[in-house]
Amino acid sequence: MEAGVEQQSASIDQAPGVGDSETPGSVATYTAGLAFALLLTAASFIVSQTHLLWAPGIPAGLAVLAIAQMGVHLVFFLHIGTGPDNTNNVLALAFGVLIVTLVVSGSLWIMANLNVNMMPPSLIMEMQR
Amino acid sequence: MSAPAVTAGFGGASSATVATTAPSGRGPAPVRIVVAYGFWIFLLSDIIMFSALFATYAVLSGQTDGGPSGRDLFELHRVGVQTLCLLFSSYTCGLGILALERRHLRAFYVSCALTFALGAAFLGLEISEFAGMVARGAGPSRSAFLSSFFSLVGLHGAHVTAGLLWLCFMLAQTAVKGPRDFVRRRLLCFSLFWHALDIIWVALMSLVYLMGAR
Repeated sequence: MEAGVEQQSASIDQAPGVGDSETPGSVATYTAGLAFALLLTAASFIVSQTHLLWAPGIPAGLAVLAIAQMGVHLVFFLHIGTGPDNTNNVLALAFGVLIVTLVVSGSLWIMANLNVNMMPPSLIMEMQR
Repeated sequence: MSAPAVTAGFGGASSATVATTAPSGRGPAPVRIVVAYGFWIFLLSDIIMFSALFATYAVLSGQTDGGPSGRDLFELHRVGVQTLCLLFSSYTCGLGILALERRHLRAFYVSCALTFALGAAFLGLEISEFAGMVARGAGPSRSAFLSSFFSLVGLHGAHVTAGLLWLCFMLAQTAVKGPRDFVRRRLLCFSLFWHALDIIWVALMSLVYLMGAR
């Protein structure tokens, strides 16, 4: 019984934020995450304040750096990884990302469309007369 | 060898053996895992709520009504210090949870005190930023851009405030009840919450402040 318990403990589900109950993450993981996050933050500030990047490409560069840093936080701080015992967490995350993408890109798309098709105020005044 | 009879309920009454032996597909997962998973779902829904406000801000960020724009208002050195505060507080929070799992209570308290101090420093900087903007006549009622800015950043600040109160409460609970199972589960949820706030701040820093200040 006890031996079976030992074998099975390797295949249990994993909670976000904790490693296996025997090895609860490690200081090295957090320190590596901190170092990556600091690097990416510094890169964001440098990109936005200098002309290192082609100016019209700066928003895209900042978005890429932000997404990279969020990934670093997810992997090193929240321990959302690719292990087989992490499927539930990753699926929930994927669904969240899908909804966030729909909400943000959908809003921008619809509002830009409305803006373009909006009648100029002068014409509205014309019609009200 | 027979399959272990797993009877862990969600009530938190599981013993140590039950809490470490339930394999997936054979009865309920350990309470710690169920709780953390449920909290992860909550955090994702919280992030979806933030995404609605991010979308609002993205749509309205150019509508300044002749008032000040982000370029006039945002002070990047302050944003940089805020970012560092929140990042290091996330780090110390993670170290605190590690220390608690190893029952190093003194290291746990020190880490949590650092987490609190850095979080409070972040909040102080944000409040002084808001006060300065309102004093310049750039309050939330000035333009659509500022309304959406204050709701988005203010909601994050409100989350940080709630997190700080939660941390105080959990420190008191740990001191009174000791590092028992349910206390450690709640602290795990707190650490997830704190890390998630840091993720949202990364988006705020890049998409609101750095892009807006250009």
